[in-house]
Amino acid sequence: MGQIEKFTIDNGLRVVLAPDRAAPVVAVSVHYDVGFRSEPEGRTGFAHLFEHLMFQGSESLEKLAHFRHVQGSGGIFNGSTHPDYTDYYEVLPSAALERALFLEADRMRAPKLTAENLANQIDVVKEEIRLNVLNRPYGGFPWIWLPPVLYETFPNAHNGYGDFVDLEQATLDDCAEFFDTYYAPSNAVLTVAGDFEVSHAKDLVVKHFGDVPARPRPERPSFAEPRPETEKRGTHVDNHAPLPALAIGYRMPDPIGELDAYLAHLVLAGVLTDGDGSRLEQRLVHKDGLVTDISAGAGLFGPFEARDPDTFSITAIHPAEVTDRQVLDAVDDELEKLAATPPTAEELAKVTARWKANLHGEHDKLMSRTLALGSLELLYGDAGLMYELPEKFGAVTPEDVSAAAKALRPDSRAVLLVQPRTQQEDQ
Amino acid sequence: MTVAKSYRSAEEIGRTTLGPRPVPELGEQRPAADLASVDTVLPNGLRVLAVRHASVPTVELRLRIPFGGTDPLHSARAEVLAETLLTGTTRRDRVAIDTELALIGGELGTAVDPERLSVSGSSLAEGLPTLLDVLADVLIDATYPDNEVARERERLAERIAVARTQPRVIAREALQRRRYGDHPVVREMPEAEDVATVDPDAVRALHAAAVLPRGSVLVLVGDLDPEKVVDDVVAAVGGWSSEKETTPLQPLPDVQGGDVLLVPRAGAVQSQIRLSAQAVPRTDERYAALQLANLVFGGYFSSRLVENIREDKGYTYGAHSGFEFTGETATLDIDADTASEVTAAALMETRYELTRLRVVPPSEEEVAAVRQYAVGSLLISTSSQTGLASQLAALTGVGLGVDWLTGHPQRLQQVTTEQVVAAAREFFAPERFTGVVVGDPDALTDGLAALGGVVLP
Repeated sequence: MGQIEKFTIDNGLRVVLAPDRAAPVVAVSVHYDVGFRSEPEGRTGFAHLFEHLMFQGSESLEKLAHFRHVQGSGGIFNGSTHPDYTDYYEVLPSAALERALFLEADRMRAPKLTAENLANQIDVVKEEIRLNVLNRPYGGFPWIWLPPVLYETFPNAHNGYGDFVDLEQATLDDCAEFFDTYYAPSNAVLTVAGDFEVSHAKDLVVKHFGDVPARPRPERPSFAEPRPETEKRGTHVDNHAPLPALAIGYRMPDPIGELDAYLAHLVLAGVLTDGDGSRLEQRLVHKDGLVTDISAGAGLFGPFEARDPDTFSITAIHPAEVTDRQVLDAVDDELEKLAATPPTAEELAKVTARWKANLHGEHDKLMSRTLALGSLELLYGDAGLMYELPEKFGAVTPEDVSAAAKALRPDSRAVLLVQPRTQQEDQ
Repeated sequence: MTVAKSYRSAEEIGRTTLGPRPVPELGEQRPAADLASVDTVLPNGLRVLAVRHASVPTVELRLRIPFGGTDPLHSARAEVLAETLLTGTTRRDRVAIDTELALIGGELGTAVDPERLSVSGSSLAEGLPTLLDVLADVLIDATYPDNEVARERERLAERIAVARTQPRVIAREALQRRRYGDHPVVREMPEAEDVATVDPDAVRALHAAAVLPRGSVLVLVGDLDPEKVVDDVVAAVGGWSSEKETTPLQPLPDVQGGDVLLVPRAGAVQSQIRLSAQAVPRTDERYAALQLANLVFGGYFSSRLVENIREDKGYTYGAHSGFEFTGETATLDIDADTASEVTAAALMETRYELTRLRVVPPSEEEVAAVRQYAVGSLLISTSSQTGLASQLAALTGVGLGVDWLTGHPQRLQQVTTEQVVAAAREFFAPERFTGVVVGDPDALTDGLAALGGVVLP
């Protein structure tokens, strides 16, 4: 499984080709090395807003044309903004490969940024935020509300969806500067996966992306900041939530520089909350009956999608009669047990077998396979890591997981409490 | 002192010396490979559909058991049953079930709605015998331990409380009542106080009466040999037997058109617009034409509705129109969430697009685009094991199978523009639709009163 061919074209664009003739479908993605951690102060939400604008037309494509060409070729599309990168992708019947490459190349070369489209997409993004955050219970939990408790610096702490005030102040000049700074071909990875012949795909890539003018690759800043030296606390009042919730945020090893320790944290997350037999499910959901649901994981959007610093989080929703202290004490107790006594070989075998099956599932969906190859190439310089992960997961030892549990210290973490509005008024 | 900008203007960025370029034509399309499959009914009445799709060494499993009921407490009992089906048998307790599944990279999950109980899962291909063994064990011998039932009742009450604060759930429940009154189909989520009354014996009794093979369908897709896997299924679930048949949902009445009902949700900053009209199911000869007409209206991003109320007006993040299949029937459902201040305008534009689809019907160009999209997106969604398994599970619910799936692209190719226009005219009349708007009455009443066709509180 997993033939991968990599090369870089003259303007600095990195290319990953992953042919697979099993089904007559093909996927194209472009990952740009800029996410919401790079947006300037006073412009929260700008990286995501700009992602919307990249769909609004380019030199060869009027507004709406991008969508119509992808879907009119039988394909699907989307884009998403992450802390450290922004991706764009299409999955199509393989007859549309050249068209998809053309569409991505045209907007990498010359997107049409207009005041009218900017105003329209500010409205659309505000509706997206109302839908996903403002008008529903637990909106933005924990990804918007936990980082400002755990982190001190603007890049790590701010709301990546953005404040309405900041969104409304975005200008066309901001768009031009952002594009010219960050959307250089040398700052991007193009991934093509699925049903194609390698030499043909190479020719098409050079044909369409070859004359995107080279621009300097921006220097990537470090977002490093010290770990917290106490337990930091914050409260978010939720107008719609009927039950309290809490999120515990910990710093974790550098996902790239300390990959083995990072993987141990991923396995720990599985030992803690993956399945009815996991430690925290058993203790907090079933035995003590403290929480309705609980989950643990690396990265606020999932694993392998951010550079350092990255967040390990445990989240739970619980009845009002249960205090956050009870939940925290039970979590700490279980972490201490794991720190003192490593998990059993069977506990690890369960987690690694499920990871293996999940990785197969991710490979099977061409869209997620393509996005994973692209993000691993961008973050790790190694798309092929996708096919080494099962073995690397298998190499994590009980002692590694125990060490990871020990590193999740009560005196170096953030605790975010979500309070229902009604409960707050009662107090 | 002025500092020279280090970047180009937006206008400079948007043009090159070469100028606009032509969009490449499509190449030659290769067809999808044939699917090796077995579709058979076992002696115990269970239909088994096994399909080989060996893209990765895993298997997907979907079991669908018709699960209708008219007792007012049926939905509460069914929810508790679904939450506790996997919590114990004579041979295995809850942790043992999870452990065995985990060791084969496997999962099983349950869901129940007014129509059916679904058990869905997956595992590494080599673990399929274990997956089937665990499944058969809970089907034949689930014990519903008292403590598990008691704890899951509590959790269910908490989850119901959370779900009923979700705007989409509020809108869904309001739409169901608007369309179907007190038909059992509206009981998608039980009342918390009803759940509290469900004791383990009631759950065990429901299992004995309703978790039956005759009328149920098991779909298996993945890295498997279809012939052999049917033998494995027979060996595993042969002991699951009953002369009785599963209970389908009572037939649904047709949706009647009417005014939209404003459902108050004080303080909401966004409204849910939900409209619905009677349509035809996949088995109807007009289905393919109606599918294409719906795509033109609001069934994909490049539809008239999305281009109008999102890309032109900025009223919404997403607007959709799609089929909802229930039993032998189907409806067309339209949804959009919009800020309070533009809700009346968005409803007006939605009604305008309904009328426009009939007066300015789909053009040759529009039909060509949606035809390509319908064929291509089906190809994409069925290229993975999970997508194929879910598609087939949906089809088997109305007695269809692999043949329908593989024959559908050709049906879409053969639909004429005239047939799409006829479907648009027949099904998209605004007066055929009913629906609800959920939102803040203080912010919405004036605009909706001015628009008309809305029942205000």
